[in-house]
Amino acid sequence: MPTEIDRKQVQSLLEGGAQLVEVLPADEYEEDHLPGALSLPLRRLETEAVHQLDRTRPVIVYCWDTA
Amino acid sequence: MYDYVAGKLDWMAAGLPTEGTNATHPRAGDVSRKDVPTAQLDERLGEVRERVRAAGWDAAVVINSQRIVFGLLRSKELEKDPDLRIEQAMRPGPSTFRPYVSIKEMAKNMADHKLESSPITTSDGRLVGLLLQKDAIARAGEIE
Repeated sequence: MPTEIDRKQVQSLLEGGAQLVEVLPADEYEEDHLPGALSLPLRRLETEAVHQLDRTRPVIVYCWDTA
Repeated sequence: MYDYVAGKLDWMAAGLPTEGTNATHPRAGDVSRKDVPTAQLDERLGEVRERVRAAGWDAAVVINSQRIVFGLLRSKELEKDPDLRIEQAMRPGPSTFRPYVSIKEMAKNMADHKLESSPITTSDGRLVGLLLQKDAIARAGEIE
């Protein structure tokens, strides 16, 4: 299970080189995403994560909100 | 693996930058005036009015020490008895908006509801700035 974190922890992890992944549909990513985030919509997450993410760095996933 | 559970909404509500096609469009937080005078609940209206007018304003936002918004002092409230404490004089619980709302949406909303000014706050209620209806309409007009 992923560890739940808040905004300050996100900023701290990013300073340490973490990777950000937005799991929302690509059109929502195109409109707005956190700086430097990759787009890996949920449907493609399992198949593409291996190719696009660096296993040696922490990964932070996010969507729109808690819903 | 970490899960930023509050997500993009929380990030944008804090007024933090984003990338993408919408990032170039002005939003409430960008256009709001950050130099709006502020007042504390326990101050006297007379001294606040003097300070606000000296700064060239006729409005102030009432906040606490953590910059959480409690109320608004518009020209009408500033005209009240100078001996009143701000807590007694202010308009409590004004409608607030988040920094990420598009300026076009804000301009329409403020005109529709006859809001001459609206505090822009983060999701935890901290003041970002005061958006004036005239600024919102002017800026929205530029991107028509």
